[in-house]
Amino acid sequence: MTIKILNALIAVVGGVAGAIALYYLLNKLAELLPGRWEDRIKPYLFLLPAFAAIGLTLIYPTIQTFVYSFANQQATEFVGFDNYVELLTSSNFQNTLFNTFLWILIVPAGAIVIGLLIATLADRLNPRGEKLSKTLIFLPMAIGAVSAGAIWKFVYASNPPGRPQVGLLNGIVTAFGGEPVNWLQISDFRFNSLLLMVMLLWLQAGFAMVLLSAAIKGVPTETLEAARLDGASEGAIFFRIVIPQIRTTLITVFITVLIGVLKTFDIVYVMTNGNFNTNIIAVDFFNQLFTNNNAGYAAAIVVMLLIIMIPVLIFQVRQFRAEEAAR
Amino acid sequence: MSGTQAVTSTPVQVPKQPVSGVTKTKRKDATGKSPLWVRIVLALICLAWIIPTLGLAITSFRNQTDATNSGWWTVFTTPANFTRLTLENYGELFTRADMDTAFVNTLAITVPATIIPILIAAFAAYSFTFMQFPGRDLLLILIVGLLVVPTQVALVPLLKFFGALGINGTFPAIWIAHIGFGMPLAVYIIRNYMATLPREVIESAKIDGASHFQTFWKLILPMSTPVLASFAIFQFLWVWNDLLNALIFIGPNNNAPLSIALVSLLGQQGQGWQLLTAGGLFMMIVPILVFLSLQRYFVRGMTAGAVKG
Repeated sequence: MTIKILNALIAVVGGVAGAIALYYLLNKLAELLPGRWEDRIKPYLFLLPAFAAIGLTLIYPTIQTFVYSFANQQATEFVGFDNYVELLTSSNFQNTLFNTFLWILIVPAGAIVIGLLIATLADRLNPRGEKLSKTLIFLPMAIGAVSAGAIWKFVYASNPPGRPQVGLLNGIVTAFGGEPVNWLQISDFRFNSLLLMVMLLWLQAGFAMVLLSAAIKGVPTETLEAARLDGASEGAIFFRIVIPQIRTTLITVFITVLIGVLKTFDIVYVMTNGNFNTNIIAVDFFNQLFTNNNAGYAAAIVVMLLIIMIPVLIFQVRQFRAEEAAR
Repeated sequence: MSGTQAVTSTPVQVPKQPVSGVTKTKRKDATGKSPLWVRIVLALICLAWIIPTLGLAITSFRNQTDATNSGWWTVFTTPANFTRLTLENYGELFTRADMDTAFVNTLAITVPATIIPILIAAFAAYSFTFMQFPGRDLLLILIVGLLVVPTQVALVPLLKFFGALGINGTFPAIWIAHIGFGMPLAVYIIRNYMATLPREVIESAKIDGASHFQTFWKLILPMSTPVLASFAIFQFLWVWNDLLNALIFIGPNNNAPLSIALVSLLGQQGQGWQLLTAGGLFMMIVPILVFLSLQRYFVRGMTAGAVKG
């Protein structure tokens, strides 16, 4: 135990001191060069460690994964597009893809609607009430998906009929004389997937709410007053003035939650492990890799995840360029 | 957690006031008080938000028989259930479930993986913001693009690489992974913040003969404290709560963090419900404290790059 704490301390002190020493050396090295070269080389030297980390942990592995996706189970032989063909024709994986698209369609939009609702309502409270309610909604942000799994087990839990229920939902159902329901196993209309999405919304709505609330407060009061004087209803003001004014923030929140959704792994892994028709791409990847030991499938799956991301990526880069041009 | 890691490049409109705080221009009806229905709806939403956590918190103080034989809400309806509340689950966490080791492991993973990338990213951000060089825009766009790339893509090759180095299952493996995975976001939000710093300060430092190295240490780094703090909170929450990377690079061994310990409790729910709840709450305490005390920085970080000038 003490050894571990010491190790961590050494890593912090050593890591930071090492980084400082590294930059000091790089800087001295650049200063040894003749003046013109110093200015040319120095920016790259300052970038070097960051890009070394990115190259090692992101760029090189992404290229490798791309290559593996055309190889067999143990990555010993190339099999062309076989992995992709087999995955896309398997009904299991089609289900997984379908579920993933449901998550993409529902969660970002849901987070925005809930976030907007709470932000608009809280804006009308007194300062203390506003702060308290926002903090409460925002708090799950700090709770990890694993703890959230423990929390929501006590909402969705189900015991056989006749036994006392410990899950909140079944507690309510049986209190009204109903039969207990095994919530997470109802895959009709993907009901169980929806219940898992509720968990992600519970974790993420606060994030949407805080950003949207900031944007709503940024709408000039004069504009709103003018609209009110002209006799516009509160609904019209909200949809015709507030929403257009906070458009860019809406897009930001949507994209950020979307990226989060595509990376979602822990909620499904912890609650159902993809069983009962709740599988999504990130969980399937993990199970192909470690349960089925099929590295080729796993690689092809994440490459597909990457392909789904490409429109988002292009959009991001465009937005960024537009913003830089405006700076 | 898996979401919210990436912050997009779209600008966010923010007022100059602290976001989570209160602005002077409130929109209320003429009486200055909010309508009753607003307060009721909001109270209901807040209640719905807090009840699941409340259930976990209450169950964590119930003994095994009670936890498996009656719902947590019965402590309000049956006084006997209330009086039987106990702290023994928390004791068992340390004797039976070895949570103290997992806690130390989590700290040992999280603190270096949070602090080390900050300086590295700050140097890169400085270079992007205040230096001119060919290829700058291209490299910056690479960073923006990498914000979107799901880190799952990198796991297998990285695992093989760490295997070749013989560091799989040890702290350095997961430190390196988290440092690299957090780097694009770090560079991105720190650069966005630095771009809003007044250029005149840097120009006058240059005229006074300060080198880039000195300008960075004496001027830019201190001025960037808010964004450095906000990235630190992001990264801290992310690493603390991370399960996927921990499963892959550490696995269930002596070095396993709280997330893995908790998942193994989730698996054996039959006997372990009450332990699970205590463990779940135990894992939440540190991130919630960090979050509540630094909430303001956190919000500022999410809107970094939006506040111009």
